[in-house]
Amino acid sequence: MSKAFLSIENLTQRFPSGKGEQMTVFENASFGIEKGEFVCILGHSGCGKSTIMNILAGLADPTSGAVLMDGKEVSGPSLDRGVVFQNYSLLPWLSALKNVTFGVAARYPEWSKAKVVEHSTKYLSMVGLDGDAIHRKPSQLSGGMRQRVSIARAFANHPKLLLLDEPFGALDALTRGTIQDELLKIWSGTSQTVFMITHDIDEAILLADRILLMTNGPFARVAESVEITIPRPRKRDQIIDHPNYYAIRNHLVHFLATRSKELAGQQTGSESNTPQTVRIDRLEEAKGDDSDDPRPASHLRAVNE
Amino acid sequence: MDRLSINQRAVILSFVLLIGGLLVWEASIPAQKAASELTEYERLTGGGAPKAGVPPPSQVIEKAWQELSNPFYDAGPNDKGIGIQIAYSLYRVLSGYFLAALVAIPIGFLIGMSPVAYKALNPFIQVLRPISPLAWMPLALFIIQDSNASAIFVIFICSIWPMLINTAFGVAGVRSDWVNVARTHELGPIKTALTVILPAAAPTIVTGMRISIGIAWLVIVAAEMLVGGTGIGYYVWNEWNNLDLTSVIFSILMIGVVGMALDAAFGRLQRAVAYVE
Repeated sequence: MSKAFLSIENLTQRFPSGKGEQMTVFENASFGIEKGEFVCILGHSGCGKSTIMNILAGLADPTSGAVLMDGKEVSGPSLDRGVVFQNYSLLPWLSALKNVTFGVAARYPEWSKAKVVEHSTKYLSMVGLDGDAIHRKPSQLSGGMRQRVSIARAFANHPKLLLLDEPFGALDALTRGTIQDELLKIWSGTSQTVFMITHDIDEAILLADRILLMTNGPFARVAESVEITIPRPRKRDQIIDHPNYYAIRNHLVHFLATRSKELAGQQTGSESNTPQTVRIDRLEEAKGDDSDDPRPASHLRAVNE
Repeated sequence: MDRLSINQRAVILSFVLLIGGLLVWEASIPAQKAASELTEYERLTGGGAPKAGVPPPSQVIEKAWQELSNPFYDAGPNDKGIGIQIAYSLYRVLSGYFLAALVAIPIGFLIGMSPVAYKALNPFIQVLRPISPLAWMPLALFIIQDSNASAIFVIFICSIWPMLINTAFGVAGVRSDWVNVARTHELGPIKTALTVILPAAAPTIVTGMRISIGIAWLVIVAAEMLVGGTGIGYYVWNEWNNLDLTSVIFSILMIGVVGMALDAAFGRLQRAVAYVE
């Protein structure tokens, strides 16, 4: 396969597991992400999603394997890879605006103070924060507003790759919906490459171009890469009526509910674990095109989580 | 009474306690007999000489008024105004204290960030910390050969420990998320220390500084009693030698007031660096 913009090659992570043994979280994980793509990764807790995220961010080192971005190996954290952490990670002694200018000033040290403030204010208003709110400390903001600040900080830095570690995990369902919309809005205006961890299937379908599915650990691997064949711009109340929506959703639920367990713990030796590409498109099927959906449509059934 | 706020009621109660206490004190001092009331025998045996006794508050207030209305007079080595004495003490406390801060905060940073440095330095800290600062005085006098500098050294050694330990504790406890924010923004070690770790650890560090200034002010009185010459501690001891208990009580009160002011200043600093997570 030709080198993707971001290429994860034979990534293996082992941790010592007490009695001198090694616990393999995942082994020989390999996948690529194209420039401008929005990729979500879905999997159960403990499958190593966050470990992959930390390796991509440069905050942790893999046991073996490499991450290449733009053909260069990633080592250590960098401003080219912005991170939005689950717990917002805002600095509590700084106001919302100062939290964003902190990042912008680090990214563009040559900018004047006024330009940094103007740029930061622009990105805060893009996520719906303006006026008095941007001068408040994080403790005076709601969880949703804090995560908006965190997203603004990440986007304002124009990283080559944006890493989102379950950014909406700590938010209630209604707030999560609004901020997903904000995220889509700010993302569609850029050609930002995004890699995001989530637990939420509907969130992944709404946001992603492609969803990577991980099997359970130990020896977890990225088993499938599911294309989301729903055209953009997407609206949460409209995509549920799209013929592909439930077909894709059911495939994902089925994977997480049963197949992630069936496929778990299979050691594959030294071969590279490239995920199998899955494309579910009812519209193409209806036109009589060949579909590479691995499972016939008649087997798809509605599953309620 | 119900219409008064809690603060107003507390102020009234404070005044009642103060006035009540002063009245009890005033009333419990036996009055000196006037010379005309003395018998011949009492006059012959020296009963007319004023007896040294605890002065009543009225005398202390009078003394305070007199001293505070002219705090900076200087009439020779043993007769200086209270303002001059306090200024000497503050000069010693603040010099020793800031020297200690210059040493303790960087070393505390080092210990907080490096487990090796922590383990290596911990035994020394544990042994040196419980030593009474005054126990250093003879050694300091011998080595430094200057009583004033020795007093400053004693302040230095007593205020270093709370600052050192609190800085190390605060720095080690900085949330890794915040350090990760610094790392993903490619901040260098110095910038990370100044823009992330210092503000994150500041409340703990300032708490240590507040404890230190309190201890330094306690110790300076004792140190100045030993080294003599100037300062509020020397003043207390000198007035005791003069058997001027009014001045002793007045200076005790002044020690309390200055200590309170120092603590309040650091309390304000503490509020300035505090943050809510």
